[in-house]
Amino acid sequence: MTADAAAVSAAVAEAHRREWAFTLAATVRLTRDLDLAEECVQDAYARALTSWLDGIPDRPGAWLTTTARRRALDVMRRDVLFRRAMPELVVDDVETGPDPVDRFPDDRLRLICTCCHPALSRDAQVALTLRLVCGLTTADVARAFLVSEATMAARITRAKKKIATARIPYRVPSADDLAVRVESVLAVVYLIFSTGHTAPRGPDLVRAELIERALDLGRMLRALLPANADVAGLLALLLLTDARRETRLGAEGGLCLLRDQDRAAWDRVAIDEGIALVREALRARPPSRYALQAAIAAVHAAAPSWEETDWREIVGLYDVLVQRWPSPVVALNRAVAVGFADGPEQGLAALDALAAEPHLAGYGYLAAARADFLRRLDRAADARLAYQEALLLTENEVERRFLQQRLDELD
Amino acid sequence: MSKYLILLYDNESEWVGVQNETTERLMAGHQVFGEKYGDAILGGHALQPVATATTVRPDGAGGFDVTDGPFAETKEALGGFYLVEAPDLDAAIEMAKQVPIAAATGGNEVRPIMVFE
Repeated sequence: MTADAAAVSAAVAEAHRREWAFTLAATVRLTRDLDLAEECVQDAYARALTSWLDGIPDRPGAWLTTTARRRALDVMRRDVLFRRAMPELVVDDVETGPDPVDRFPDDRLRLICTCCHPALSRDAQVALTLRLVCGLTTADVARAFLVSEATMAARITRAKKKIATARIPYRVPSADDLAVRVESVLAVVYLIFSTGHTAPRGPDLVRAELIERALDLGRMLRALLPANADVAGLLALLLLTDARRETRLGAEGGLCLLRDQDRAAWDRVAIDEGIALVREALRARPPSRYALQAAIAAVHAAAPSWEETDWREIVGLYDVLVQRWPSPVVALNRAVAVGFADGPEQGLAALDALAAEPHLAGYGYLAAARADFLRRLDRAADARLAYQEALLLTENEVERRFLQQRLDELD
Repeated sequence: MSKYLILLYDNESEWVGVQNETTERLMAGHQVFGEKYGDAILGGHALQPVATATTVRPDGAGGFDVTDGPFAETKEALGGFYLVEAPDLDAAIEMAKQVPIAAATGGNEVRPIMVFE
């Protein structure tokens, strides 16, 4: 059955999002060379654009993988002069015998574990994950993190070079090390999500592309590690946080705070899925950091209104979180919750207890939270100073407009 | 198999010219490391303290500047090294974890050896 060009291009785009990681992971195993595998997979997608006019395959992933691997074998066999730019990757399982036509081991976990190896910097882990696991171009990754394409290309090349030269193995770590590695993978996914949820700089509040990729990664990990409560917790956190995406901007593109959001417009499907995952994640003892954060998001999601939010429960969850994973940012969020549970006076006292925390010195949300409580306490002069400080530390333009508006309202 | 150099950076005051529980722990740790990895250890030495280091650099005029002290001043001094053989970085990291460290601020750096083809 033939397909028209529009249907094919849609199918290829869909397959790019769904099958890139699987296809690349299976091809890397064969080539033992990341660059060659990427070229072959890109080539397979390009071929799909014309080949699929004769009919879109039932299993696009198998078609793409077979095509990419054939191309790789071709290059490696025919081009006797094929010279690797870098040493061969360390791959444990040596494949022998004829090439299976459409059954390949699922190497996606191997791929993401390699991208998030602790011997790579966090920046490199994020860049490699977006590039190799999500299939983003270097230009897209560069744009997402607001660095030049040349800078990002250099970062990716350096990371690939380290993998090959230091012999970071293309391997899922042993059971002992897997938990630690999964932690690092989840931190990368969460960082991608956070960068998309509130862009650190620039004109847009949200970078939907990064949020979508983080959700894809979360779902992929969930499928690969279905029994892992940390994975369930992270996916729950992403779903519950992102369920509010459409309501975070007001009609004029201004920031709309949780208090003022139209709760009827929250994504109920995502919330239901998130809450089911939170329940599962909280059954693990002790519950993971992400499960607790997701539980807090779930309390918000379940509240019919801002006024009816169970702030006691939220403070209680933050107490557990602070105790198990003490971090200045978690302490800040806890202090804010205290302000809503017990009143702005108490909230301010809790925030002021964090004033000497060096990690929060350059953190705009501390000043913004203080400003808000001071405003509620009618301490306009102090609030003005705090808003001004928050403005100095905030580089997202939507957030800046919001802070400026609050500042203007004080006059 | 690949070769890696494990460089031991540590606080010298913990072990240079002293004999106490820490130095005993270090000696025992190196002993265990040597027995555990045997042939995978291609070589290794402890170094005399950094105060004995001499640095030799071209002076830009065809001669050399010979100066007292290490090439780079670091808080933790290079105190020794092992040259090891390992199948991959994970295995080399595993070995580095077993090399005893004196001070809480110390640590072991793992560097792949360059191979010229």
